[in-house]
Amino acid sequence: MYGNTSLTAEEAKVMNAAVEDPEKLAVFEARITRGEKIEPGDWMPEQYRKQLIRMIEQHAHSEIVGALPEGTWITRAPNFRRKLALIAKVQDEIGHGQLLYSAAETLGKTREQMLMDLLSGKSKYSNVFNYPAKTWADIAVIGFLVDGAAIVNQVINSKGSYGPYCRALERICYEESFHLKQGHDNFVYLATGTKVQREMLQEALNRWYRPLLHFFGPSDRDSQHSEKLMKWKVKLASNDDMRNQFLDQYVPKIYELGLTLPDPELRRGDDGIWVFGDPDWDEFKRVINGDGPCNAERLEVRRYAELAHRWVREALINPKERYVTPMA
Amino acid sequence: MSLDPRINRLDLKRVNDGEQTASHLVTWEVFHQEKRGKQPVHAGIVHASTPEQALMFAKEQFARRGKTANLWVVKTADVYTFNSEDEAIFETTPEKTFRDPAFYKVRERIEAFQAKNKL
Repeated sequence: MYGNTSLTAEEAKVMNAAVEDPEKLAVFEARITRGEKIEPGDWMPEQYRKQLIRMIEQHAHSEIVGALPEGTWITRAPNFRRKLALIAKVQDEIGHGQLLYSAAETLGKTREQMLMDLLSGKSKYSNVFNYPAKTWADIAVIGFLVDGAAIVNQVINSKGSYGPYCRALERICYEESFHLKQGHDNFVYLATGTKVQREMLQEALNRWYRPLLHFFGPSDRDSQHSEKLMKWKVKLASNDDMRNQFLDQYVPKIYELGLTLPDPELRRGDDGIWVFGDPDWDEFKRVINGDGPCNAERLEVRRYAELAHRWVREALINPKERYVTPMA
Repeated sequence: MSLDPRINRLDLKRVNDGEQTASHLVTWEVFHQEKRGKQPVHAGIVHASTPEQALMFAKEQFARRGKTANLWVVKTADVYTFNSEDEAIFETTPEKTFRDPAFYKVRERIEAFQAKNKL
């Protein structure tokens, strides 16, 4: 998922052991229970602040890095209309990154620091962007299914408790719905096109099936998650629930075009729960820890951008200005 | 061979790698006006060092689609607010019903007067 809330056992321990002022904590939790939003100037537990920065920052990095595989296809889009749509989508993704950096910034970490932590590898981004977009059909699959998965995640997160993050997400979800529609349009055109186009799409679908199952994070059985994060409405749905919602919404839209998914065990149970074959969680772990097909390349491109354009940013900085954390 | 053409341009000297400039671009609060005559509404922030730059980034970020008549930018540092912990100072506002037009109801009194005086 975009903003990951899975914790390691060690992190969960620290989180659960954190001690807060009980009176302030009670007022804070009562506000969340009443459905109120928490705003930047409000008192909040240290762990709430820390986990939100981590989640929103990861989400922001995902938007920025997510634009990279698609960006490479702008010059190779098959026609002018597709090129216009792709440019608009990539610009939106970068804009989403900026909106999210701003939201995280209200919690006290500067945008520059977040960008540096991305380059150094300290901060993560969504695993799904460590896979290559080999053909134009990959762009159709990303636009339709990766964005579809992102929307499932983001609509849920927009019901969270932190005001600036929710406001950014509302705007993002509105623009993402354009991404999804243009992705679906592209997907349907290839699926209903020539034999070569259909084959190209089927191959792309086969490539992306596993990364898409990985998108929502490890199974609930194997992931550490904190009751506190649920109670504080930082995390709003379990990984398995979100994955199931995604399969429920999108698998029928793949099948109706006569396409297949490379998993003989995939089926919807009578209880509405999707069953799927082992998606190889070891691969997921390998890729998350840096050993995916594109991890090094993605960071190299970011480093290139940072180095090649540093002089621009240095020229923009006015040394007489005083930095103030934004408020909303 | 990388699919990303940018990778092939990675011949930059990495001498300053890891170093970063200590100062930040300041933030600007952006207000978006949809139509002439409508209220500008707070839309978000951008990072910039001059008002002109801030307007340029604001146009890219907040006026990509839909209608826009104008944008305002104000330096975050120039916005003054109450401390959010002092919310209590606004508490009596809902009690001030004498400020509402609906508070003033005279019809019953007029009708009673009319009945009594057979008007």
